[in-house]
Amino acid sequence: MTEPVLATHGLRKAYGALQASDGITLDLRPGEIHAIIGPNGAGKSTLIAQICGALTPDEGRVELLGQDVTAETTQARAARGLARTFQISALAMQDTVLQNVLLGALGASGRPWRFLSRVSKDRDLRATAEAALEAVGLADLAALRTAELSHGQRRQLEVAVALTLRPRAFVMDEPMAGLGQEGSQRLTVFLDGLRQQAPILLVEHDMDAVFALADRISVLVYGRVIATGTVDEIRRDPLVRDAYLGDGA
Amino acid sequence: MSREGLVNAALLLALVAVPGWALWADAPFTITLATRAVIFALAAVGLNIALGMGGLVSLGHAVFFGIGGYAMGILASHAQNYTPLMEWPFEIAGTKSMPVIWLVAVLASGLAALLIGLLSLRTSGVYFIMITLAFGQMMYFFAISWPAYGGEDGLSIYVRNGFPGLNTLDPIQFYGLCFGLLCLVLVLHARLMRSPFGLALNAARQVPERVRAVGLDPVRLQLVALVISGAITGLAGALFADLNRFVSPTMLSWQMSGEIMVFVIIGGVARLFGPVAGAGFYVLLEHLLGGVSEYWQIFLGLFLLLVVLFGKGGLVGVLAGRARHD
Repeated sequence: MTEPVLATHGLRKAYGALQASDGITLDLRPGEIHAIIGPNGAGKSTLIAQICGALTPDEGRVELLGQDVTAETTQARAARGLARTFQISALAMQDTVLQNVLLGALGASGRPWRFLSRVSKDRDLRATAEAALEAVGLADLAALRTAELSHGQRRQLEVAVALTLRPRAFVMDEPMAGLGQEGSQRLTVFLDGLRQQAPILLVEHDMDAVFALADRISVLVYGRVIATGTVDEIRRDPLVRDAYLGDGA
Repeated sequence: MSREGLVNAALLLALVAVPGWALWADAPFTITLATRAVIFALAAVGLNIALGMGGLVSLGHAVFFGIGGYAMGILASHAQNYTPLMEWPFEIAGTKSMPVIWLVAVLASGLAALLIGLLSLRTSGVYFIMITLAFGQMMYFFAISWPAYGGEDGLSIYVRNGFPGLNTLDPIQFYGLCFGLLCLVLVLHARLMRSPFGLALNAARQVPERVRAVGLDPVRLQLVALVISGAITGLAGALFADLNRFVSPTMLSWQMSGEIMVFVIIGGVARLFGPVAGAGFYVLLEHLLGGVSEYWQIFLGLFLLLVVLFGKGGLVGVLAGRARHD
């Protein structure tokens, strides 16, 4: 079996009496999209926060490319090649679209300590930034202030910033949220191709997208993974149908 | 040229024309006023880098202003008394040379900013304001209770320090020096704004979680911004002490911190020439209304209120419209 790119082992995190993560073990293998689904309050956000370094687990560990990164900061994990998108867009709203992707490229370059040169004249950064905008279809809007983008365009920009990092693994927190049917379908096609670049851990509520994209699905309920398997396995799993999908699925 | 470019050019022109006129009309006091405005502007450019770019609301910039002032005062007083600054492990003499004093002022206030930043940047928002204020008060009371350099009474320097090739006692020559330094620092700020560092710092102010997610540390960016900011305000402090030939704990007071912030806010936070407009306006008001009433700052307060309520971009914002981003 190939070495997983990203893995969690027995992650536990409690808020008082609430066990938000109750021993979560899962992995992300090269070339796959691994979707995490679960009802609201299942602990998906807590899980992402621990994977990306915003929260420290009470127990268990996070491994990235075979290295234990549990004690590392968010920025150290990003530097190792973990790129995330945010559920609620976290973009520099006062800056232009281009500046937001330039920031990603700058982070990936690891050379922010340049005080006198013009960032917009840096060919490498610009090439990376513009390629990312091109990939998500925002190239025409590069000069626009980010605050003027529509909701859907901001979601695309989120993905573009992640692309500039040329990561080894993506963690995407509900990239489809609020996109509408057409937008979701377009992003679905895009993510389908993206898994060749780097595997994606995808937290998503849009079941059409999840079933269309996922190589594997893990179902999270009350901080536990109650099932992991292929789309068909998950669809057939009586426990999952009972806990989450309902009879219509 | 953009509208903001025109406003900036007009401000720059005023900084040449006013002392030029004063020289022609033989009005040295006006030159001194202009020098005061330029030095305040320099101090405020320092704060504008921390506040405007970094979003760091520091109510302790008088620390750096005062450290710059005392760097000048201490070095010059030893030179004028012919006593060494220290004898062990090696002897260091005082100096009356401006370039050396400036260098010491910049290094000392930059170092102070580093230390203060390391502690205060663990917090944010109102706690950051309070911690910077607390450091300011600590330094203020330390200066008051330190008898070696005048304590509460301050320290007088009899002759202005020298600069190679210039007669600094001539008001217009000293003005030229201060104006030259202001221009240099404005160029530096303009370049910082467009640099890779500026881009990252700008984002760290708006969305620190995003900056972390692309692999950069927002706190380190802010720390470096604070060091640059403190060093510039420290340089202004050294010039201010030289203008007055006097340094006292007042330079370290929280009112001084407040004034530096008022320059920035009235002129326009994050606008390149905001500090110039703000400091110029302040000195003008101080001069015009200070003669009318002891309580002239009531009018300043009123104006500040108007700016905060109605003109969010300060004077430059009102004149030049919303900031352009490129």
